[in-house]
Amino acid sequence: MTYNKTFICITTCLLIFLCGTYAFSQEPTFSTPTNVTAKDTPNDDGSSITVTWDAVPEDSGITGYKILRNTDSGEFEEIGKQLKPTATQYKDSEIEKGKTHAYFVQAITDSEALVNSQQTEGVIATGQWFHTGKTSLFIAMIILCAAILVSIYLCRNNQDVFVRRIPGLEAVDEAIGRATEMGRSILYVLGLGGVENVATIASMTILGQVARRTADYETPLRVPCNDPIVLNVVREMVKTSYLDEGRPDAYQEENIFYLTGDQFAYAAGVDGMMIREKPAAVFLQGTFYAESLLMAETGNSIGAIQIAGTDSEHQLPFFIAACDYTLIGEELYAASAYLSKEPMLLGSLRGQDWGKIVIFVTIILGVTLELFGINWITTLLQSVR
Amino acid sequence: MEIIGIWVAAFLTLCIYSFLYRDNPFYRFAEHLFVGISVGYIIIISIHQGVIPLAWEPLSEAISALWAEIVGTTTPETRNALWGLFRILPIAIGLLFFARLSSRHTWLIRYPIAILIGFGAGVAIPNVLQANIFAQTRGTIEPFAAMNAGTLSVLDTFNAVLIVIGVICTLTYFFFSVEHRGPINWLSKVGIAFLMIGFGAAFGNTVMGRLALLIHRVGFLLNDWMGSIF
Repeated sequence: MTYNKTFICITTCLLIFLCGTYAFSQEPTFSTPTNVTAKDTPNDDGSSITVTWDAVPEDSGITGYKILRNTDSGEFEEIGKQLKPTATQYKDSEIEKGKTHAYFVQAITDSEALVNSQQTEGVIATGQWFHTGKTSLFIAMIILCAAILVSIYLCRNNQDVFVRRIPGLEAVDEAIGRATEMGRSILYVLGLGGVENVATIASMTILGQVARRTADYETPLRVPCNDPIVLNVVREMVKTSYLDEGRPDAYQEENIFYLTGDQFAYAAGVDGMMIREKPAAVFLQGTFYAESLLMAETGNSIGAIQIAGTDSEHQLPFFIAACDYTLIGEELYAASAYLSKEPMLLGSLRGQDWGKIVIFVTIILGVTLELFGINWITTLLQSVR
Repeated sequence: MEIIGIWVAAFLTLCIYSFLYRDNPFYRFAEHLFVGISVGYIIIISIHQGVIPLAWEPLSEAISALWAEIVGTTTPETRNALWGLFRILPIAIGLLFFARLSSRHTWLIRYPIAILIGFGAGVAIPNVLQANIFAQTRGTIEPFAAMNAGTLSVLDTFNAVLIVIGVICTLTYFFFSVEHRGPINWLSKVGIAFLMIGFGAAFGNTVMGRLALLIHRVGFLLNDWMGSIF
């Protein structure tokens, strides 16, 4: 019995030892990244290729991926940074246009071994003329534009369009009148936005209306610009306003000038002008950043009547604190219609109000439907990218 | 050399801060120096990051490629560089800005201005529409799906309802072609209250950021500059 027991124990230990030795002698096997494909990135200008592969389980032992690329069947080279083990795609934006690129994915194991995938087929990136992902946005824009165009058409036929009172804009005449009576200049600051900026475009339209009044009153209008292109547009607009008012002789081009493109140098320059020239009215209309309070506070300290307006929500509190009147966000866009009373601008304003009513209704309807578990409005909004 | 930099920086910092007392020659000196240097710097940056890589280099390569094509020494690379000839069009449009220098041809400047504004509005409007209208509308509605599923906490439910009220009232404030009377007047008043609460929070947040900048500058004066003296 004792002999048998000893034999069974020795045999069992030997088996366990052999199994363990066998198990530890085997290198862990890692599957290569599978289904690796390279495709031209859709809806772009032909400047990238997207490589995709299948996800691996969390316990696969893969610690990351490297992407290797060749160009026109040349040598494979590593591109980009090492990717996380959860990655399943890589967008290569540093391709050479018009050339064929092939890829393979290299999985890095926890023992620093490298496992290569199959090489993909060669791909040439091409640009697309139409971004199919933005179709919903395109349709929404057409509807909004149509609403604005219809409103403009209706306003042209019926000129009596009501626009609610905007206190900041009613003060424009008061500010210009004050500057005229005091024999001082008006300082108009357009902020730091470029000509492509919506707030700068709105600000330039207001400036056109202000210039009409300064032409009438012969009040000097000083406009320091931050952008050379904005400078040229502003000169054209102010000159046109003076011509429209029949006062081309009063237009002084040197009063509209380029100061600098640097944010704080611009603020220092405008502050210096305020202190030395002591304008009676200061208009701060456009896009502003951290310099907003520096200018508004200096304008306040010289006792100028200040009318500010911006769509930069972080700067609005400073303007509200330091200026006499502030146009908040969309009031800045509405200002040109309010001041000029032109049917086209008034129609545009009414069209925008229709757009707001649509948003208003969408929110109420969307919230109500969601409460009943119906989510087609959310799905529709999610499709607008 | 570093110590000279610290002294110049400290001197100019004090010159700018002297504006807190009143306008004076030191502030004027620092202001004009700042404006002048920034203009010079921007010109150089524009030449090196704009004119040379975007206009001069592609165009000169394209002209060389064209010459190679004419004399028959062309290669695939030089043929690819021929695409650079298309840059003549935007360069020519950009050069129209100089039409301002001639009073007879100044009208030509309207073409690049029209293109730029058209391009700018075309690029900006869809993005604004997407980010400020569609994404925000979706964000206002979406929490109610979670509310219906019963996964929203009491505080989040309160937040979601508050956001809907805030958005609707604030939107009402921005109706311009409707007279603000009766319910519209009340809604817009609530809307402006929401706006002011938001501005108050933003004001406090930004002031804290500005104080951090001041502390950094005072730290420079006390540690770097004063440290170099004592």
